[in-house]
Amino acid sequence: MAQPRTMFDKIWESHVIVDRDDGQTLLYVDRHLCHDGSFFAFDMLRDTGLPVRRPDQTFTVPDHYVPTRGHELDDAVDEERREMIVKLDRNAKQFDLTIFGLGDKRQGIVHVVGPEQGITQPGMLMVCGDSHTSTHGALGAIAFGIGASEVSHVLATQSIWQRKPKTMRITLTGARPFGVLAKDVILAIIARIGAGAALGHAVEYAGPIFAAMSAEERLTVCNMSIEAGARCGMIAPDETTFAYVKGRPYAPAGEAWQKAVAYWKTLPSDPGATFDKEVGIAADDIAPMVTWGTSPEDALPITGQVPDPADEADAARRAAKEKAIDYMGLVPGMKLTDIRIDKAFIGSCTNGRIEDLRIAAAVVKGRRVAVPAMVVPGSGLVKEQAEKEGLDRVFTDAGFEWLESGCSMCVGMNGDTIDPGERSASTSNRNFVGRQGPGARTHLMSPAMAAAAALSGRLCDVRELSLAPSEGD
Amino acid sequence: MEPFTSLTATAVPFDEVNVDTDQIIPSRLMRKPREDANYHTFLFHDLRYNEDGSEKPDFILNQAPYRDARILVAGHNFGCGSSREVAVFALMANGFRAVIASSFGDIFFGNCFNNGVLPIRVTEETAARLRADLHASPGASMTIELEPQTLTGADGTEYQFDVDPFRKHCLLEGLDAIGLTLEYENEIEAFEDRYRQERSWLYP
Repeated sequence: MAQPRTMFDKIWESHVIVDRDDGQTLLYVDRHLCHDGSFFAFDMLRDTGLPVRRPDQTFTVPDHYVPTRGHELDDAVDEERREMIVKLDRNAKQFDLTIFGLGDKRQGIVHVVGPEQGITQPGMLMVCGDSHTSTHGALGAIAFGIGASEVSHVLATQSIWQRKPKTMRITLTGARPFGVLAKDVILAIIARIGAGAALGHAVEYAGPIFAAMSAEERLTVCNMSIEAGARCGMIAPDETTFAYVKGRPYAPAGEAWQKAVAYWKTLPSDPGATFDKEVGIAADDIAPMVTWGTSPEDALPITGQVPDPADEADAARRAAKEKAIDYMGLVPGMKLTDIRIDKAFIGSCTNGRIEDLRIAAAVVKGRRVAVPAMVVPGSGLVKEQAEKEGLDRVFTDAGFEWLESGCSMCVGMNGDTIDPGERSASTSNRNFVGRQGPGARTHLMSPAMAAAAALSGRLCDVRELSLAPSEGD
Repeated sequence: MEPFTSLTATAVPFDEVNVDTDQIIPSRLMRKPREDANYHTFLFHDLRYNEDGSEKPDFILNQAPYRDARILVAGHNFGCGSSREVAVFALMANGFRAVIASSFGDIFFGNCFNNGVLPIRVTEETAARLRADLHASPGASMTIELEPQTLTGADGTEYQFDVDPFRKHCLLEGLDAIGLTLEYENEIEAFEDRYRQERSWLYP
């Protein structure tokens, strides 16, 4: 009998073009996604004089620099940002690549657009010059972020050199507690294992909780795999996955669909397959989470308190905590629910999908924001769907800004930033120093928790808010 | 790509852990062309400069012994986060050709090699000791020899390090990956032919 294999091994092995004796492998790339930050790579490609090897397997979409207050080129906050969007357009034209440009309702954040368009499929090997490419693994693919030189390499050769990473399985046991969303699950995992714990590893998330998640929830989980250092994150494809992919514009149809599904069903890890590292986490302890510090590993249940660095035995870790607490303007021991915020941001490739907006809207409905707050749908199609459902009215009636799709305040590259010293409740993926603007203080959380924070003006436990009567009624 | 064979240079100890690429170069500077005359100021920009552009004297790269440092000795998970290759561009604009740490963000690690910068993984203990030695003699030099895979700390101790043989070869010769991959054109084509048959649904 054949050796039981992991899903990662199966997909990896089916993409091997060359296995060198020195441990390097040349892998075939099924789909390559590029965005408006990929201009260095196109310049590098031009320097080689080579064409794009497979234009039909390359998709482009502007997202990092696109304006969200208005969606015309002229809405870009300055000439430099405008130029970034124009450059992608020009590169797509020159190399004959599909582009979902500004003005196309399919435009959005590259990691929202890929799955939404059916470009992302189980069994694929996908790359993109963006670290959150790990998102796409949620549909049972190997997907990882690469640098600009590698992007140019993939453009020229449709392949990439890699050393095979180790495998890690993270199994969640028990039941998902009430009020715990996919974002809480992944924040809790990162808090438990640490921001560097999965370095050099391909992670598979396993267990009934992930199996019971919707495809969009899985996308949220896999999106943040990189925040634990993982090369990629993945979840076994199943009926949920197939139902999600079916009927999307770039998904196979008819006879091809049957063939694809038959193959996809062979992908999950075989019983008895061994992983280099196994991590087990009990879900029962997970509560709605928020971050207090400047690394995604600095996450705690909302019922907790800002930690005291003095409790940290390791000197380097103690210093890191002190620095983070100082930057964040917090006091050790203070209750997380006493932290007041200045802004709330709902969106990003982590939490900018329709289900995220539905959850946030359910919290917001009939209430008013206490601080400036914005909703940035992950794509034009997400925005359109939300408007069909009347979610835009729920948000705007509550005082939220309802904006155009893009990366926006997750990374602030389009000019959507918060001011120095200001504090945000954000559904994005990184609370790094200055991530949302110089001196900005970011607290990561789920869309429900960010909505609750927007309403109360402080970090708060959404489980309590949803039971309480609406303010102002 | 500029080959890397050996390097003797001032080394700077960088004690922080989980240094993300947003710290190495803030995202608002990513759109700047590499030809920008101020590119060297982008490295650790917000840690290194006040808002008015004046230097923060506490920041280690602003201190006299380390101004011409070309080797950085960091804490674990250095270069985590964003895939931005400009993090390596910014290091290079300041003359850095080697980074030593107990672990690196995977993407940053690869980006270094692709630009002729050598990232060296050592044990947590070795990284801590190298930094301690540098703190003890500020401005001290270290030597890195790629062919024999050795590095010499500030106190003269020699350490052996591991490096991927393929990456090592590319660095020593200054080879870029695309040129090398094109030598496998036949293999890529054969793969594609077979793959298109097997996975017809991927090619509507």
